[in-house]
Amino acid sequence: MLEINDLHVSVHGKDILKGLSLTVPPGEVHAIMGPNGAGKSTTSYTLAGRDGYDVTQGSIRFKGEDMVPLPPEERAAKGIFLAFQYPLEIPGVSTLTFLKSAVNAQARLRGEKELDAVQFLKLIRETAKGLNISEEMLKRSLNVGFSGGEKKRNEVLQMALLKPSLAILDETDSGLDIDAMKLVAEGVNALRAPDRSFLVITHYQRLLDYIVPDHIHILAGGRIVKSGDKSLALQLEEQGYDAVIGKVA
Amino acid sequence: MSQQAETLQELADQKYKYGFVTDIESEFAPKGLNEEIVRFISGKKNEPGWMLEWRLDAYRRWLTMTEPKWARVDYPPIDFQDSYYFAAPKNDSDKPKNLDEVDPELLKTYEKLGIPLSEQKMLAGVAVDAVFDSVSVATTFKAKLEEVGVIFCPLSEALAKHPELVRKYLGTVVPVTDNYYATLNSAVFSEGSFVYVPEGVRCPMELSTYFRINASKTGQFERTLIIAEKNSYVSYLEGCTAPMRDENQLHAAVVELVALEGAEIKYSTVQNWYPGDENGKGGIYNFVTKRGDCRGANSKISWTQVETGSAITWKYPSCILRGDNSVGEFYSIAIANNCQQADTGTKMIHLGKNTKSRIISKGISAGRAQNTYRGLVSVHAKADGARNFTQCDSLLMGSRCGAHTVPYIESHNPGAIVEHEATTSKISDDQLFYCLSRGIGTEEAVALIVNGFCREVLQQLPMEFAVEAQKLVGISLEGSVG
Repeated sequence: MLEINDLHVSVHGKDILKGLSLTVPPGEVHAIMGPNGAGKSTTSYTLAGRDGYDVTQGSIRFKGEDMVPLPPEERAAKGIFLAFQYPLEIPGVSTLTFLKSAVNAQARLRGEKELDAVQFLKLIRETAKGLNISEEMLKRSLNVGFSGGEKKRNEVLQMALLKPSLAILDETDSGLDIDAMKLVAEGVNALRAPDRSFLVITHYQRLLDYIVPDHIHILAGGRIVKSGDKSLALQLEEQGYDAVIGKVA
Repeated sequence: MSQQAETLQELADQKYKYGFVTDIESEFAPKGLNEEIVRFISGKKNEPGWMLEWRLDAYRRWLTMTEPKWARVDYPPIDFQDSYYFAAPKNDSDKPKNLDEVDPELLKTYEKLGIPLSEQKMLAGVAVDAVFDSVSVATTFKAKLEEVGVIFCPLSEALAKHPELVRKYLGTVVPVTDNYYATLNSAVFSEGSFVYVPEGVRCPMELSTYFRINASKTGQFERTLIIAEKNSYVSYLEGCTAPMRDENQLHAAVVELVALEGAEIKYSTVQNWYPGDENGKGGIYNFVTKRGDCRGANSKISWTQVETGSAITWKYPSCILRGDNSVGEFYSIAIANNCQQADTGTKMIHLGKNTKSRIISKGISAGRAQNTYRGLVSVHAKADGARNFTQCDSLLMGSRCGAHTVPYIESHNPGAIVEHEATTSKISDDQLFYCLSRGIGTEEAVALIVNGFCREVLQQLPMEFAVEAQKLVGISLEGSVG
């Protein structure tokens, strides 16, 4: 699904990723963990194609296709989704309007037929119901005045609606209490499928109690320094990053 | 688009280059302005003697006046003797024969706005057949209005058929001496709309200049007069979302609204005159005086404007809240892109008791544009219980444009409640990236964010106008990001 090879990325002329390599096969959940400043957010923004995150070396292949030259909207249409750590507010634009624009913009880019208002409403109502998102919330301005939990649930709603092949979750647990986190994790788990991969980026292992990964990678100094199964997360929790990474070095 | 537009402009100018005669049979007056020209215009329209005197009086006043300089707009001095003040519509032989001869950029915009082909032709100035789709529509339309007694016709026709009404109300809201441009308009106005809604009548449809019979090209010195008798209601739509071309650079329109006791007038404008190219060459200078008089108790006047065109916009649709319990509203979206300059706002003059006003202004600046909100809320001593709420929001795109808010508040009544809120924001890279990451392209994302910013005002527009206006907001800002 996703193959990253020897990826070097600079932001404002500063090298952040320095030779990151990672392969995520279809249907698997991979977690990237790392201390602050390791390059976690840079990884997610680079994969989504954000302007200013310059790939200076290496490659990103998604379903065999080179992603580096593509703008973010085309990557999205091909099936890459980024759930934001801090979802943005757009005053005056309802969640409903925003999502209809997104679903139809992607359909256009893929050369598919757009949904009309009735079809879209039916689709979003069904999807929202499963995530315990009320109709009233869909009509409110996107993320404006939403609680932390509501914002993250809204991200999961978008993911469910856009049906990506690769979902990147950037510190989805930040700012959530346990109940909200459980709710979000349930939503994510419901979307696990043999043709859908997840890349869960997190600082703490607690999210991984609820979204159980197949593999865990530790990102430090702009590269993956250690990979393992989910026991690695527990080891990190017990011993801390310094001890674990120190052993590697 | 701009280069071709200039070529068009040059061609249009050239036509009038060589010699003129002041001849009553002629279809146009020579360049320049003097009493003869004023007489010529009045004569062409077979106006009554008092109308000519009124015009001449305005012209003499105008000679003693100077251009206002207080607005935050900058332009080279206008040579008023270098303009035409009366020209009949172009000959069909000068017009493009079909859409193939029209600027393709213009057509692309029409397409984006979803304008039907027959309308595209009219807007682009294509010579159309005598049997035009809208003629039959307009006839049914007129019959419906006659049934309820609503008069809706060109001002010149009203002068011929209802001179007493015109004479009673013309210039009573915007006096001949009001300001430099209004006085100029009073002297030389060529055409405009006249609306009269009888007592107790709710006008059965939105009145739009588009359906006005015999609507001729009246962009330059338009004069509109709307009278709503006791307990009547009318909604009037002016302009058009499609970009409009005009060979005259200077526009000075006057609009007067009179709402008698219990009457309501809703006036919506979409202004999309040619804004000039991205370097600020060309474009319309739009100096407009619009004012409504809530003359009777419990009356209401509501202005809604979407201003996206013109190189310079100088416009302050205002309300005189004379009747007790009268209500004035001003909802505005002003978009200035590239080198456009907009200085627009409103005046709410509270004279009567328990008068209320509401001002919602959304200014969007992009490119190197300067966008100013200028508004006056004035509460007179006798206006007990007056209330105003003002909200001015500015949105900046890029780092080379400017947004300015200049509110004036004068209160002579200690009981008045006047509130002013203002915000300035930018479309952030984060917001834009959020949209992009969902598959929404840059231009659609900008349109989405800006439409969200303007939502409160867009909601005030009549439905079909609102849909077009939303598209227009996006199109006006194309290319302003990224």
